[in-house]
Amino acid sequence: MLLAQAVLWPVAIPLATAALAACCWQRLAAQRAISAAGVLLMFAATLLLLWQVRAEGVQAVQFGGWAAPFGVSFVADRFSAAMAAITGLMAFATWLFGQADIRRREERAGFHPLFHGMLAGVNGAFLTGDIFNLYVWFEVMLITAMGLLVIGRTRAQLDGVLKYAVLNLFSTLIFLMAVALLYGVAGTLNMADLAVVLPQAGPSLTLTISALLLLCGFGIKAGYFPLFFWLPASYHTASITVAAIFAGLLTKVGVYACFRVFTLIFTVEGSGLREILAVMAACTMLFGVFGAAVQWDVRRILSFHIVSQIGYMLLGLAVATPAALAGGIFYIIHHIVVKANLFLLAGAIHRASGTFDLRQSGGLMRRSPLLAALFLVPALSLGGIPPLSGFWAKFMVIDASFRGGQGWLAAVALVTGILTLYSMTKIWMEAFWKDPLMPRPTARAVPAPMLAAIALLAAVTVAIGLQAEPFVAYAQSAAQALVDPSDYIAAVLGAVPAEGGAMAEPRP
Amino acid sequence: MNSLILSAFSRFLFALMLVVSLYILYRGHNDPGGGFVGGLMAAAGFAILAMADGVQAARRMVRVHPVALMGAGLVLALLSGLPGLVNRGSFLAHWWFHAGDFHSGTALAFDIGVYLAVLGGILALILRFYEEQPEA
Repeated sequence: MLLAQAVLWPVAIPLATAALAACCWQRLAAQRAISAAGVLLMFAATLLLLWQVRAEGVQAVQFGGWAAPFGVSFVADRFSAAMAAITGLMAFATWLFGQADIRRREERAGFHPLFHGMLAGVNGAFLTGDIFNLYVWFEVMLITAMGLLVIGRTRAQLDGVLKYAVLNLFSTLIFLMAVALLYGVAGTLNMADLAVVLPQAGPSLTLTISALLLLCGFGIKAGYFPLFFWLPASYHTASITVAAIFAGLLTKVGVYACFRVFTLIFTVEGSGLREILAVMAACTMLFGVFGAAVQWDVRRILSFHIVSQIGYMLLGLAVATPAALAGGIFYIIHHIVVKANLFLLAGAIHRASGTFDLRQSGGLMRRSPLLAALFLVPALSLGGIPPLSGFWAKFMVIDASFRGGQGWLAAVALVTGILTLYSMTKIWMEAFWKDPLMPRPTARAVPAPMLAAIALLAAVTVAIGLQAEPFVAYAQSAAQALVDPSDYIAAVLGAVPAEGGAMAEPRP
Repeated sequence: MNSLILSAFSRFLFALMLVVSLYILYRGHNDPGGGFVGGLMAAAGFAILAMADGVQAARRMVRVHPVALMGAGLVLALLSGLPGLVNRGSFLAHWWFHAGDFHSGTALAFDIGVYLAVLGGILALILRFYEEQPEA
């Protein structure tokens, strides 16, 4: 039962954790214990799922005993299993960091139920095989994320959450309209079933509009150009633990949804989407990196870099060859680890120097050499310096776009890489290298849980960089499964998709 | 608000709405109704109490914190899915038992979970809104 339902646990565990933590609303100690157990169990469950998918191929379960196109399916192929596993890792790392960062006030405002509710939403979005169900998980994510954003109850956070909420509600609304159009044409919402039915329906205006609406809806979530501006306007107001998990996971859910929908249901090849995606990718990279260049707040610099890095992933989807998709998948995995780690580092910098403003910090290299060393790993990785994970990620994406005949995209990607290094150098020079303007009274030592979380993610980055081979191979097989989703479809619908399907059992 | 008439009637209305909400919850199995509507109706009952006798009175009547109610509902809904895993290998595949015309099953537990979650969620919202002077 444990193994056969491996797809279920990464969603059920955080959901149960959130519910139990909510039951103990006024007992913080109990909430903390439940939260710790939930994080560890979920991490274990995601690793179990990854192992199961690697060993036995695509995993699928149907809820309520209803067969595939009628009930809701949960599916894990290699791509979604990897995303779930990285979510488990992120949950663990940010939870560890949070031991030293989350204030009592924030816990009392419901941090634990919201945190686990959000994780359930993220994993649900990665694992669902039904496009309307995907919408539901997006809503779960949106509501819990809004709660987490305002958990400190400051004026800046209310301002940030307003921008976040308006744009993201709009995006889910667009998404819902696209789903409605899709249902009107195909009469099914199961993604595997859609992949079977849509080629028979042939191209139509409704489908084109639906595809564009989906791109738009996911694009807002993911932070694509020109829909990214809510992101740097809201992320920096959140507490750093929350910002780190947001930066790592939330935008990537949008990217994941794009990868899934535009390989399984729609195709980039020959549908005119490639040109749109290519221009969007290039602009996302450039605007993000230019936006970062003029900022002085560490969190704002990093927020803009989320946007520019999203461009690389989109580039993988725009080129859409197996190699490019593999590059995109590798990039997502690498980026989640690195970006969350940089946000955690921003929190540690704040703890050590008392400020997020780079102009006023400094001298950290002398005061806290370990932190400086740990900063270099994700910073250089983000810039794409070998032998760290970012180098391989950029190499795969850029190489694939040259081979795919999109040389200009590769050029844009290279320029963006150099400008990224400029931003990372700026943080390094200002926060670590230069002498501090004045000794700050609020500066404190960085607590051990923070350093441990940062070191854990840095170690993952180094490990991916030095032992890139298995990760690249995994990304390639995951991309292969995206290009040829027959295994995915067979796992959901059964070997032969029966005409009309069969009811599992009549209800009494 | 201090209206004797409303206050006197509110007890009656509260009890009535709670009973009706439970009936709606139960009949939702085969007819229109269910946990969501029932939960909304129960929340409206508590809202009348809060309007007539003040938010504190309503909070005392709920006994637990509304968020805890929400959590308990979610736990119950999740638990109701587990029996299906045991014999049919599918989460939320429900168990049934029949006694003549009457039948029920774990789906009812799911609906009660929805009822509690909706009740808790709405109460958390409206009791906060009805508080005339939120603590600073």
